[in-house]
Amino acid sequence: MTIERLSSRPEVTITDAETVHVIFVDANGNRSAVDAIDGQSVMHAAVSNLVRGVVGECGGDLSCATCHVFVEEAWIPLFDAAGSDELDMLEATSEEPTDFSRLSCQLRLDHSHDGLVVHLPKTQR
Amino acid sequence: MTAADPLDVSVVVIGGGQAGGEVAASLRLAGHRGAITIVSDEDSYPYTRPPLSKGYLLGQTERSELLLRDEQMYRSHAIEVRTGRHATSIDRRARRVGLDDGTDLGYDALVLATGGRPRHLPHPELDGAVNLHYLRTLEDVDRLRDGFTVGAHILIIGGGYIGLEVASVARRRGLEVTLLEANPRILSRVAAEPTSEFFTRIHREEGVDLRVDTRVAEYVLDATNRIVEVVLTDGHRLAVDLVLAGIGLIPNVELAETAGLAVENGILVDTGLRTSDPHVFAIGDVARFPAADGSGMRRLESMPNAAEQARVVADNILGNPRPYDAEPWFWSDQYDVKLQVTGLSTFFDETVVRGDPASGRSLSVFYL
Repeated sequence: MTIERLSSRPEVTITDAETVHVIFVDANGNRSAVDAIDGQSVMHAAVSNLVRGVVGECGGDLSCATCHVFVEEAWIPLFDAAGSDELDMLEATSEEPTDFSRLSCQLRLDHSHDGLVVHLPKTQR
Repeated sequence: MTAADPLDVSVVVIGGGQAGGEVAASLRLAGHRGAITIVSDEDSYPYTRPPLSKGYLLGQTERSELLLRDEQMYRSHAIEVRTGRHATSIDRRARRVGLDDGTDLGYDALVLATGGRPRHLPHPELDGAVNLHYLRTLEDVDRLRDGFTVGAHILIIGGGYIGLEVASVARRRGLEVTLLEANPRILSRVAAEPTSEFFTRIHREEGVDLRVDTRVAEYVLDATNRIVEVVLTDGHRLAVDLVLAGIGLIPNVELAETAGLAVENGILVDTGLRTSDPHVFAIGDVARFPAADGSGMRRLESMPNAAEQARVVADNILGNPRPYDAEPWFWSDQYDVKLQVTGLSTFFDETVVRGDPASGRSLSVFYL
């Protein structure tokens, strides 16, 4: 009989066809890993999993700028570029936007985003 | 049964709209461990209403995207959601809420987030009309959407947010639109004249037959109880396929009133959103609260108001008291134009306008 011992828990245990893993890093560096659903927005994934620091007040209608995130650089090209409505709203974020700023309601997840890391601002309102 | 630690109190929330869903989530986010039960008379888990008259009616927003949070969130955080259930009574001495299935729920803190229902046209004989629509719930919009066929003629009664947003979607879906406003201008309750003028022009440019100072004088129904024709107060006769009335909201105060809570055009609450009973709170469209600027009691029908009041109530239940003093804000999408309003336009001396209400697709109005 053989017993296989895993030295540490693998980061991803099950590769579920519908799951996209997203890591949220808050302003203090605390990480929370979330199992998002293929097709979901990053905002919806955060709010659905009670991630502190994403409000999503308008429900994804590009009207409130309370789902502001900073996308880790390597992942930026994997999303469609921000449209003009999003760029307008990014001028109204609570924390000063950077080149990595996006409104997470506009970041739609698919398999290519598995392992995505986004950083959260200190404030959203 | 009051728990010693506020994190362990039992909370019952009546109403599963934006306010009800948010209060439960906010409690758990703050570390609350006690029982939470949401009682909703709708069949869906809490969902967001603003897209109903915008992206959802247009067919761009999926039903699943309307859910504020996945059903999984409620399960994994032990939030019980009783859908399709109506609260019928509150026994405030025993602190129990009775439901229409004969069960009852005990509470330490009760949150009334009962919202409102659309005001109906003042003609009871129209209530069974098969093509008469009101808009509040997902079900209402599904029913309205079924009638959205290219070339159909929709008569919209009321030039507020609901009427104008439906007009915008209807035009985009290829319907003919007539919109009636009984007052001399649209959006008269929420915006100043330059904004009304701007949106009146936009709608007319988009092909809406927009008539102010106009009402329906007569409805003509056929044998199948369908409104087929209307006669307007300006004398015009119009054949119609659909009628939508967006003429305001009636706050659902009956449960609170029967329980002996103070009610007057809404459930009356203090700055901490407590009703006249310290164990009972009211939030969202139904709550009438003291305005932070001292201008009197105020009831707001808006999603940001509902969500923020929910967060304030969660803090107050958990013993971290704070007043509700958020600045009101509203938004609306019509065609490619986004309307954003911060503050209330009730009191102002003058307006400063950037842009021309008579041309273009952009305008800023400041109330001073």
